Amino acid sequence: MDDKKKDIKMRVNEGLDQGTVLFNVPFPKDLQKLDEMAPIIIKQPYQIDYIHSYGQDSPFFAGLANKVFLGTKCTKCGKVFPTPRKSCAVCGSPCEWLEMPKEARLHSFTVCHFGSESFLKETPYILALIEFDGADTLFLGRLVGVDPLKPSLDWIGMKLKMKFRRLSQFSPTDVYFLPAD
Amino acid sequence: MRKVYVVAGGVSKFAKARPDKTFTGLVREAYQEILDDLDMEAPQLNELIDSSVTSYFSDHFQRQLMAGIMGQDYLGLIPKPSHRVEGGGATGGICFQEAYKEVASGDADITLAFGFEYMSHVATWKGNEFIALASDVSFDYPVGGFYSGYYAMMVVRHMKEFGTTPEQMAHVSVKNHRNAYYNPYSQKPMKIGIQDVRNAPMVAWPLTRLDICTMSDGAAALLLVSEEGLEKLEKATGKTLPKVYVRAIGRGTDAMRLADRPHQTFDEFYKFNALESEKTSEAKAYYKELFEKGFKYPGVHSFRAGRMASKQAYERAGITDPAKEIDFVELHDAYTSSEIQTYEDMGLCYYGQGGPFAASGKAFLPNVEYGLTLPEKSQVPVNPSGGLIACGHPVGASGLMQGVFALWQLQHSIEKHFNNNKLQVPNAKTGAIHSHAGTGTYVTVSILQRED
Ligand SMILES: [Zn+2]
Repeated sequence: MDDKKKDIKMRVNEGLDQGTVLFNVPFPKDLQKLDEMAPIIIKQPYQIDYIHSYGQDSPFFAGLANKVFLGTKCTKCGKVFPTPRKSCAVCGSPCEWLEMPKEARLHSFTVCHFGSESFLKETPYILALIEFDGADTLFLGRLVGVDPLKPSLDWIGMKLKMKFRRLSQFSPTDVYFLPAD
Repeated sequence: MRKVYVVAGGVSKFAKARPDKTFTGLVREAYQEILDDLDMEAPQLNELIDSSVTSYFSDHFQRQLMAGIMGQDYLGLIPKPSHRVEGGGATGGICFQEAYKEVASGDADITLAFGFEYMSHVATWKGNEFIALASDVSFDYPVGGFYSGYYAMMVVRHMKEFGTTPEQMAHVSVKNHRNAYYNPYSQKPMKIGIQDVRNAPMVAWPLTRLDICTMSDGAAALLLVSEEGLEKLEKATGKTLPKVYVRAIGRGTDAMRLADRPHQTFDEFYKFNALESEKTSEAKAYYKELFEKGFKYPGVHSFRAGRMASKQAYERAGITDPAKEIDFVELHDAYTSSEIQTYEDMGLCYYGQGGPFAASGKAFLPNVEYGLTLPEKSQVPVNPSGGLIACGHPVGASGLMQGVFALWQLQHSIEKHFNNNKLQVPNAKTGAIHSHAGTGTYVTVSILQRED
């Protein structure tokens, strides 16, 4: 019984100890001086895999895997959303799927020289807002085929074509954009 | 709705990291300032407080669920009613408004609003990742989720539509960093020029590191009371307290994905979004021309949520000419670009005029030397405190920090709190605070008024 207790305690400690190295913990003899002590700072690792379902948006990703860019259209007000949504942001009605044109234009963009941790290795990369004829909103994608070190407002309005990643990763980056000419 | 007074506020020292205290310690630090200001001891004020509202943005940064209750118990306010609110960058502004509603509704006579964020738990680039999780994780985040990138795309469109320049944006950075120089609470006081901003490392074209706020650890708190609450406090302190009240609140929203923002016509803009000050024939002619050139509203260059929050607040307050009737604004300048876009949303100038407005001098303070040649006189100082760019942006605290600085402006007590008078807006009577989330998803505008 006593041995088992000891065992559990040790395992618990192993978990808490991960990444923690602390030497020479200061401790004054006079307890009134404890508030002047330097803070103890430890490292607490945290890693997790999320199981993420695209739910009702899944057909969009199936489309990209088949080289088809799908948007949606409101069944009531007719607004067309190239970033698909099955519920209309304007009137709240259901939307149905439709294929978007193959040609698009650059609405706005930026060159990211820094990024979130998971994208740092890809810098400099170009984020682009894409507009389609007949659509009421935009699509956020990656732009390639222009020099990220020479950004220009003249790029805006540029005709774009879309390409699809050969090996689908079921991410919105399965489609990307480059100058049409 | 009952009249609600704001009687005292406190701000902890904001810093990149505050390892000397946990978040509860920071909350206590902000609360201590309220106690000091009222000249009260904790047990005395705690007894009078009826409820609290608490705000922090991110469970990821905090890595402590139910952190709000830990603030409540650390302050010794249990078992009184309390709840937490969250709304991205507008978390603090929403907290202010929910505390207002607690009192206005008659549910409480004295309510404490406190907010905090502890962002130094993770490195900067991991922090950027956490913040980017406040964009659509199916469609935005995987493309290169990065808030500075989102804001850069929005201002690039602003530049294309209106001819706004990075140098105009840099004026905002120079102004806010210089104002912060006289604010002892600020995290990044700096005396810089336009070229320093442009020469700083490029983050997301055209935004450099000096166009963007930093992450912070910090807390802020405000005490909101009814007339009965005010009487109780004046009785307990034996003092007559300066009277500043909440004249009106407003709030607006927009789609999470900036790609989903509508592109409305002139008629729709006038039907849904135009301010009273934009209904003159001169304004209509200006907008007619703009729309004829292909302008669509709000697109990605403007924040409809900020406009709707302003419109609601102005209509409730009876404000018809905000640039003339408001004496100063503390607004959510997470980016220099968003300060410029917000001038327009708040009707300090028309849409499209934010760039020239930024460089005109109208948003600068009259008694601060900026080292710039400004063609116009100070009209409506914006971010006299230094704003988020220079004070820091501990998300759940920022909107309340604005409330505290606005309160001190309206109490004419900047000198007492900052130990100098440089940032005091002369004769400040009406102030606005503006708190903004996401790429413009939740925005709050609250009007504070000094009673004559
Ligand atoms: Zn619809």
